[in-house]
Amino acid sequence: MSAAPRIGVLALQGDVREHRRALTEVGAEPVDVRRPEELAGIDGLVLPGGESTTIGKLLELFELLEPLRAAVKTGLPVYGSCAGMILLADEVIDGRPDQPTVGGLDIAVRRNAFGRQVDSFETDLPMVGIGEVHAVFIRAPWVERTGPGVEVLATVAAGAATGKVVAVRHGPLLATSFHPELTGDSRVHGLFVQMVKENQS
Amino acid sequence: MASNDTPLTGSPLVKRGMAEMLKGGVIMDVVTAEQARIAEDAGAVAVMALERVPADIRRDGGVARMSDPDMIEGIKAEVSLPVMAKARIGHFVEAQVLQAIGVDYVDESEVLTPADYEHHIDKHAFTVPFVCGATNLGEALRRIAEGAAMIRSKGEAGTGDVSQATVHIRTILGQIKRLQSADEQELYAAAKELQAPLDLVRETAELGRLPVVLFVAGGVATPADAAMMMQLGADGVFIGSGIFKSGDPALRARACVEATAYFNDADRIAKVSRGLGEAMVGIAVDSLGAGDLLANRGW
Repeated sequence: MSAAPRIGVLALQGDVREHRRALTEVGAEPVDVRRPEELAGIDGLVLPGGESTTIGKLLELFELLEPLRAAVKTGLPVYGSCAGMILLADEVIDGRPDQPTVGGLDIAVRRNAFGRQVDSFETDLPMVGIGEVHAVFIRAPWVERTGPGVEVLATVAAGAATGKVVAVRHGPLLATSFHPELTGDSRVHGLFVQMVKENQS
Repeated sequence: MASNDTPLTGSPLVKRGMAEMLKGGVIMDVVTAEQARIAEDAGAVAVMALERVPADIRRDGGVARMSDPDMIEGIKAEVSLPVMAKARIGHFVEAQVLQAIGVDYVDESEVLTPADYEHHIDKHAFTVPFVCGATNLGEALRRIAEGAAMIRSKGEAGTGDVSQATVHIRTILGQIKRLQSADEQELYAAAKELQAPLDLVRETAELGRLPVVLFVAGGVATPADAAMMMQLGADGVFIGSGIFKSGDPALRARACVEATAYFNDADRIAKVSRGLGEAMVGIAVDSLGAGDLLANRGW
């Protein structure tokens, strides 16, 4: 692959700018996605950090939910961080019962699993295929159940939540509970771009 | 930085990062659990729990204080969104109480009656993050130096008149633009002029924006107001009295959310601006005396 992959960033709300920056750093061409037609012509998609309840609601109100579900079904590579992980999960525990999600990733996530904002934290943890990562968790979810074939890439390495699953991959879908886009470390985005390129070849 | 064996809470990265997650969104003032539900259904990104919206504080007069913890907890129980609440300027015990009951963000707010006319809260001492108001860059950087993890331009709360919000966001962003063209020598002079720490002045000049998220507040009442603030360069908007003092709060709330998300799309803003019913009546800021301006609180 020579041309930079075009990677959409869902830009309804959240830390879109930080994802754009990380994607640019690893040689991708980020494009904002706010309308269904903007899903055409992208090689991958990032669901950013933000408020999952809000983004889910906006996807529904702005008629993006079905097109996104369809894109995931056809095998579009998608990376979700935090709220993005929740949106990708097939099952959400402790969400609003009517919370709309995109789904497609066979995991159950618990919303705000670590607690409220005063419990948000940063820590180091090892991630498969990357190495030591400085991870920032903000009102973050964790993964309670993984379906067959879902690879666990990282768990919390210290503190009360030790062992909780916080990064997973299944086929072209990647999700992290934490926010690599906030730390200036673009290796997770590098992994995603590599997944996008594998998908293209 | 955290080491491997100590998960670190309340760090600047964790506090500022929380505000990054709110960008592009609308934070709405709510006084009841029912209003909080309406805000969440409309796509708000967080709610500000308070006993009276600024328009009522303005009308009623008297001393405005932190809300009853019962009331805040009622709202926390109702929604899954982050819940913010206001403490008086300088009232560090109100902030301790808000942290103790688990609010997600404390607004050290000029809308309430100040508790200290000299000192703001030492916000570094808290795990919970703070948002503070500012009318200009110096004020914003002083709040950040005290530990604020998010800034909102003040505008003039409870008026429904967007003019002061415009003045304050333009002032802050204009001052940042000027800093960007300053050389090293000029940065020293700028820090002195702004009455702000040199390291924050330099960081702002390098970034070309504040080191924290910048929202707009104080007078936003319509979808077009919200989109205008976004086009001017805000990261998001607070809407206080503008929604629940209007004729159809649910419809207006949703319209403001859509206009904020699609702030560059005039056709879409036109569409959501139709049939919204009565906007809040409002007060022209021109008609207020200097003593009535909330934006003058804070130093």
